[in-house]
Amino acid sequence: MDDLLREFVTETNESLDVVDVELVRFEQDPNNAKILDNIFRLVHTIKGTCGFLNLPRLEALAHAAETLMGKFRDGQSVTSEAVTLVLATIDRIKMILGSLDREQCEPEGTDDDLIGELHHMVAKLTASPVVKLKVGEPEVTVGTLVPQVLERPLFPGEVSLDELERVFRETPANPRPAPKPEVVKSESIKPEAAKTDTAKPVMGKLAATEAFDDGGKNGQSIRVTVDTLEHLMTMVSELVLTRNQLLEIVRRHEDSEFKTPLQRLSNVTAELQEGVMKTRMQPIGNAWQKFPRIVRDLSNELGKQIDLEMVGAETELDRQVLDLIKDPLTHMVRNSADHGLESPEQRRIAGKPPNGRIRLSAYHEGGHIIIQVADDGRGLDTERIKANAVAQGLVAEADVEKLSESQIHKFIFAAGFSTAATVTNVSGRGVGMDVVRNNIDQIGGTIDVKSVAGVGLSFTIKIPLTLAIVAALIVEAGGDRFAIPKLSVIELVRARSGSEHRIERIKNTTVLRLREKLLPLARLSELLGGKAAGDVESGFIVVTQVGGQIFGIVVDKVFHTEEIVVKPMSSKLRHITMFSGNTILGDGSVIMIIDPNGAAQAIGSSITSQVGAHEAAQAVSAATTEQSTSLLMFRAGSSELKAVPLSLITRLEEIDARKIEMSNGRHMVQYRGHLMPLITMNDAVNIKGEGAQSLLVVSDGARSMALVVDEIVDIVEDRLDIQVVSDNAGVIGSAIIKGQATEIIDIGHFLPLAFADWFRRKEQPQQARTVLLIDDSPFFRDMLTPVLQAAGYAVTTASSGMEALALLNQGRSFDVAITDTEMPGMDGFAFAAAVRAEARTADLPIIALSSAVSADAIERGRKVGFHDYVAKFDRQGLIAALKEQTDVGRAA
Amino acid sequence: MSTEAAIDRIKEYVTATIGGQLFGLPIQRVQDVFTPERVTRVPLAPPEIAGVLNLRGRIVTLIDMRDRLGLERRDGGTTMAIGVESAGESYGLLIDAVGEVLKLDDAGREANPINLDPRLARVSSGIHRLDGQLLMLVDVDRVLDIGTKSIAA
Repeated sequence: MDDLLREFVTETNESLDVVDVELVRFEQDPNNAKILDNIFRLVHTIKGTCGFLNLPRLEALAHAAETLMGKFRDGQSVTSEAVTLVLATIDRIKMILGSLDREQCEPEGTDDDLIGELHHMVAKLTASPVVKLKVGEPEVTVGTLVPQVLERPLFPGEVSLDELERVFRETPANPRPAPKPEVVKSESIKPEAAKTDTAKPVMGKLAATEAFDDGGKNGQSIRVTVDTLEHLMTMVSELVLTRNQLLEIVRRHEDSEFKTPLQRLSNVTAELQEGVMKTRMQPIGNAWQKFPRIVRDLSNELGKQIDLEMVGAETELDRQVLDLIKDPLTHMVRNSADHGLESPEQRRIAGKPPNGRIRLSAYHEGGHIIIQVADDGRGLDTERIKANAVAQGLVAEADVEKLSESQIHKFIFAAGFSTAATVTNVSGRGVGMDVVRNNIDQIGGTIDVKSVAGVGLSFTIKIPLTLAIVAALIVEAGGDRFAIPKLSVIELVRARSGSEHRIERIKNTTVLRLREKLLPLARLSELLGGKAAGDVESGFIVVTQVGGQIFGIVVDKVFHTEEIVVKPMSSKLRHITMFSGNTILGDGSVIMIIDPNGAAQAIGSSITSQVGAHEAAQAVSAATTEQSTSLLMFRAGSSELKAVPLSLITRLEEIDARKIEMSNGRHMVQYRGHLMPLITMNDAVNIKGEGAQSLLVVSDGARSMALVVDEIVDIVEDRLDIQVVSDNAGVIGSAIIKGQATEIIDIGHFLPLAFADWFRRKEQPQQARTVLLIDDSPFFRDMLTPVLQAAGYAVTTASSGMEALALLNQGRSFDVAITDTEMPGMDGFAFAAAVRAEARTADLPIIALSSAVSADAIERGRKVGFHDYVAKFDRQGLIAALKEQTDVGRAA
Repeated sequence: MSTEAAIDRIKEYVTATIGGQLFGLPIQRVQDVFTPERVTRVPLAPPEIAGVLNLRGRIVTLIDMRDRLGLERRDGGTTMAIGVESAGESYGLLIDAVGEVLKLDDAGREANPINLDPRLARVSSGIHRLDGQLLMLVDVDRVLDIGTKSIAA
């Protein structure tokens, strides 16, 4: 194809995409001269170029559209009808461009239909203000604005009399000519400006911005084909390898005169490589550009009012991935507009604002790119999906009732499921979602759906690092180098004995004491199947966060951070969960990229596996649905094992027994500038007179107390299932932990023993704020109750959402409710929805507790009306959230 | 039999020695032959995967043919790799030495002897008798079929 033509096609296509978006914006904001100006200029450019390249069809269309828009510019009111017509014209132009691209000439056919309509619209628009104008200053424009009707349709490229007239009248409007016509313009506009108050600013600004834009337009970008970039990338890699060989040679000859120039070559190569890599990245906004137009058309077509919100358009993606997700995203946006959102009437009945909302968001998380498409429509029809899944044999009828709602929703991704006409028409969702999922699978991504009936639906697409460029920390472990995505790295800690951050060993588990937290540690080389080598304290600790889990990865060396292009793992190696991909480093070598999720799992299981024979315990606890909990096992006063959730303990201390002092008949120790009382769990516990004394320290703010224990045994991960409830104060009950009967200690019992006012101190309110705590697990209820009491709240517990609702319906009132999200029967989301639905309780703040705090759970929670979301073991986070919610409540 | 049919039957193989045994790979599957350098070990990988390396900007997965064929492990010495592609991915088959290109009549191909070591049999598509030695034909796809370890490994 002719280079000129090719460039025209690409450039025009891009311009048209912009026009699309701008027109939709303009329709909503018809007084914005800047937008109109922009559209006008783009269409004008297209028209001009068409004339130059001899493309009569395009020119005629662009010209007619321009004429119509000229009317807007003249201050005629903008109608949706007119905008639709211009959009249709743009579609036609695109169609012609498409065939230009393929066949290098304009396709056969005419556009008289559209041009006719455009002219008709121009005439209509021109006619309407004439009436108005007559009221004011009739004599000025009446003669020229009478529409001229031609007996035959215009030939392509031909100009109507109206148009000629307009051109004559508007020629002075061109800001570039000499100032003399400028004067004419302002005169001619005056009468109109008097009528339509927007006209004047429109014209005034127009001249200014157009002149400005022309100045700044001198292209800061040029067009390059992707093949060229790929080729460049390969060549740069070759260059890097060659440089490395040269470096190697020079290294062997000490005093080489090549040394300095080679150093420069090396630096230049590195920069060149970085530059080329960056050319592959594009903001996701490029894929979203078409959505305002699509949503606008759909909302017109369907008679719905839809607000489209786009967040994080600047998030960068590899252009390959971008291309692949464009279609699935379009599909989901269409689905939301078409099926998800209700009609304004239905929305009003449901008590929602008439405008439906579709929200697109994108952000980086834990080395992934997360894209969400959410709407506040009616959600999925669970019953309908259930029925169809059974009808299509995807699940046995007997089994379907056992499935949770979210499991049922996942059927919309099943192959062929959604194409069933019944689903499409009746439940209205899931058209071709299997296709969407396939596309996303192809790039190694995942898609998830969350739906709350009547509240909304959100799809979350998670695309792995693959193909994207990320900043990574290059580390060494066991002699090999690895990359850890910086997104999940919180900080780097160098731990030495005696420093603030200490590594402690509890049997086989190492933990890092970092400020107020104990973090599990694992050597990277061991996670990767290597032998335990070297001392943990000689290494660096990469503090890593995955979701709510924070842990430390111990590495031998830390080099630097580097922007890496992630390449997918070979299909033969993809099963290794520790790696999310591999990359070629600047020096040409290949290294593996650590997947923080995989590392988190590996750390969890390595803690468990160290404990050894625990099958029996697992068999017992498998019956319960509890999440596993980190438990600190210890002995105190007897040989029986005792345990307490690790999260309740602030620190483990070993102090010199001689430092224990007696004061006022109590054992105390000076600790961090305060006196810390020591509490014995029972009379059998002896506080040592010499040697090292182990303590479990519980802190709250500046206050600390310590439980005296004989021996810290281990930290284990297990499900906590209290089997026998205790009558003894200070013991919640007994559970089987790793196959052994273990007493679970009630920390809350001991706090007031240390400070009688532990539960009544600080800014004790005149009247305790009331908290409704809902959790199906008796253990959590027992564990949290003292914690909440300690913070000064009066706690009422409920074991299920139903029970809690019953309490509320009896007229009990609470300042705040705390609910677990995952419960059998009515879960936390359903509970929140029910509370919100009741007028009397609609304002009750609800804090959700969850063992899995994921972005989409938070999003879902926000929709059903959770005020806050706290991880299940984040005691401090919970107190902070409570304080915030109750303070808000008081203030209101 | 017509000459054309005879020409059709002629197949070209790149020969390679692995552990003293001569193997032949179909020439149309062979992309290139290279000396592996800067190989990165992959922790937790199956034993037959010797590592990965960067070959002109592509990441190539190296397969240790000795391990794959159940031959004894190599102790030092130079190695070569034959580059092959499968499903858009690049692989390098580690061999001891590369030989020549042989044209062989498919009519001369014999089935694997039934008592052939199963680890050899699973990747071999037949045997040619050459002067003084046997050439074992390697089915590249079966070599790369690593995930499934149904046969005693």
